[in-house]
Amino acid sequence: MNADASTMIRFVNVNKWYGRDHHVLKNINLEVRQGEVVVVCGPSGSGKSTLIRTINQLEPINDGEIWVDSVRVNDPRTDINTLRAEVGFVFQHFNLYPHLTVLDNITLAPIQVKKITRDLAERTALELLERVGLAHKKDAYPANLSGGQQQRVAIARGLAMNPQVMLFDEPTSALDPEMIGEVLAVMKQLAESGMTMMVVTHEMGFAREVADRVVFLDQGEIVEDARPEEFFTNPRSERARQFLRQILAPLHQ
Amino acid sequence: MIDLQLVLDNRELLTEGMLYSLQLTAFATLGGIVLGCLLALARLSAFKPLSLLSAAYVNLFRSVPLVLVIFWFYFLIPYFGFQIGPDKSVFITFTLFEAAYFSEIIRAGIQSISRGQLAAAYALGLTYPQTMRYVILPQALRNMLPVMLTQTVVLFQDTSLVTIIGIKDFMGSTSVVASNNGAMTEMYTFAAIAYFCVCFPISMLLKRLHKRIAVIR
Ligand SMILES: Nc1ncnc2c1ncn2[C@@H]1O[C@H](COP(=O)(O)OP(=O)(O)OP(=O)(O)O)[C@@H](O)[C@H]1O
Ligand SMILES: [Mg+2]
Repeated sequence: MNADASTMIRFVNVNKWYGRDHHVLKNINLEVRQGEVVVVCGPSGSGKSTLIRTINQLEPINDGEIWVDSVRVNDPRTDINTLRAEVGFVFQHFNLYPHLTVLDNITLAPIQVKKITRDLAERTALELLERVGLAHKKDAYPANLSGGQQQRVAIARGLAMNPQVMLFDEPTSALDPEMIGEVLAVMKQLAESGMTMMVVTHEMGFAREVADRVVFLDQGEIVEDARPEEFFTNPRSERARQFLRQILAPLHQ
Repeated sequence: MIDLQLVLDNRELLTEGMLYSLQLTAFATLGGIVLGCLLALARLSAFKPLSLLSAAYVNLFRSVPLVLVIFWFYFLIPYFGFQIGPDKSVFITFTLFEAAYFSEIIRAGIQSISRGQLAAAYALGLTYPQTMRYVILPQALRNMLPVMLTQTVVLFQDTSLVTIIGIKDFMGSTSVVASNNGAMTEMYTFAAIAYFCVCFPISMLLKRLHKRIAVIR
């Protein structure tokens, strides 16, 4: 059961293997409280994407429990589509539907999954587009938007379901440098509005400024779980120190 | 070479024949796409028996000449006690046969859509049928449109085979006029030109469509 009423995401002894002997997630225990922003970082291949994708069961787990609010995600009796509607997900490569306009990208799931009227869905979508600064692009197709704009639309698409949690898997790493800021700004604003967020990112500026906690993952294990100032100034493990050296000053190792 | 007067004198019969051929093509294309979609989804299903069944169907129809399938249905269905007549028989035959080809085209189309699209739809809570209907199939079908239309042009030419069970499609009508008037050379030349006039412009259009779709992607 839920340990604390304000716990939003909870991993209990989660293990996952790819195939028989690739142990990608090793005995993960993690809690994210309501309204908290947790940044997940770690070397390439450490299992960050896998970790975040298990929360809405885009990746199934082999062992342990994952809870979102008071729903056990990996319970066969849980209606996975209802759960997913509560958990927004933003992908590295945006994954907007290329055959639909910006507006239709955002309204598809509310209309089909939440069964709300098109009229209401469109009004909500426009408000969200306003919020991410793209109301004027509502009739554009994704191919005609810049990467930064596409990612902001993708965030609006996730928010349109009115989720309790937003998950981000490297939302800015496919972007040209000059577009990273606009996406991070939207995410920061979202964090300030009280959204519970889990963000896989290497944007250490964002982690420092916005995150409540930083989780450092290495080879499928949570090696550190600390407040940002603590993680950046005084990492406990050698692995985290090495990672920080590489990421903060890649030329001076 | 061509006896225009003869063609004009029989224009009703020939027009009806052409309409029959076009109808058969349209029906088998639409039916084939619907059935082909189902076959493709079955083929891609994680449920092995369904996937194998679909594969067996497709491989069977792709390994047998169309003429044989036409004969087979025409002679065998009455044998099982169904009196459906040659017209219904060929409409069914062509739909079943084309479905096998369309399903392979559609399967390739579905597989060409990135897995990220699937993940994005699932992440928003869409069910599998909703994901297919609103996200994957519209993209797959659009990507596959030129190939499907090419298949339709081939299908249109293949409909001439129904002549062998006495149906008066365009080819059948031409044969009737040809033998009634002893004008084999004239009428068959006319038929060849007529088929060419329908198919060639469409093929040309398809080439341009192909280029445009390639640009959009
Ligand atoms: N579908 C899969 N099948 C098999 N192995 C996989 C699969 N997905 C990921 N892996 C492997 O699992 C490990 C963890 O992958 P994951 O994508 O979670 O890492 P990551 O930390 O997100 O890395 P990156 O920074 O490159 O995105 C990697 O070694 C990867 O090769
Ligand atoms: Mg990753």
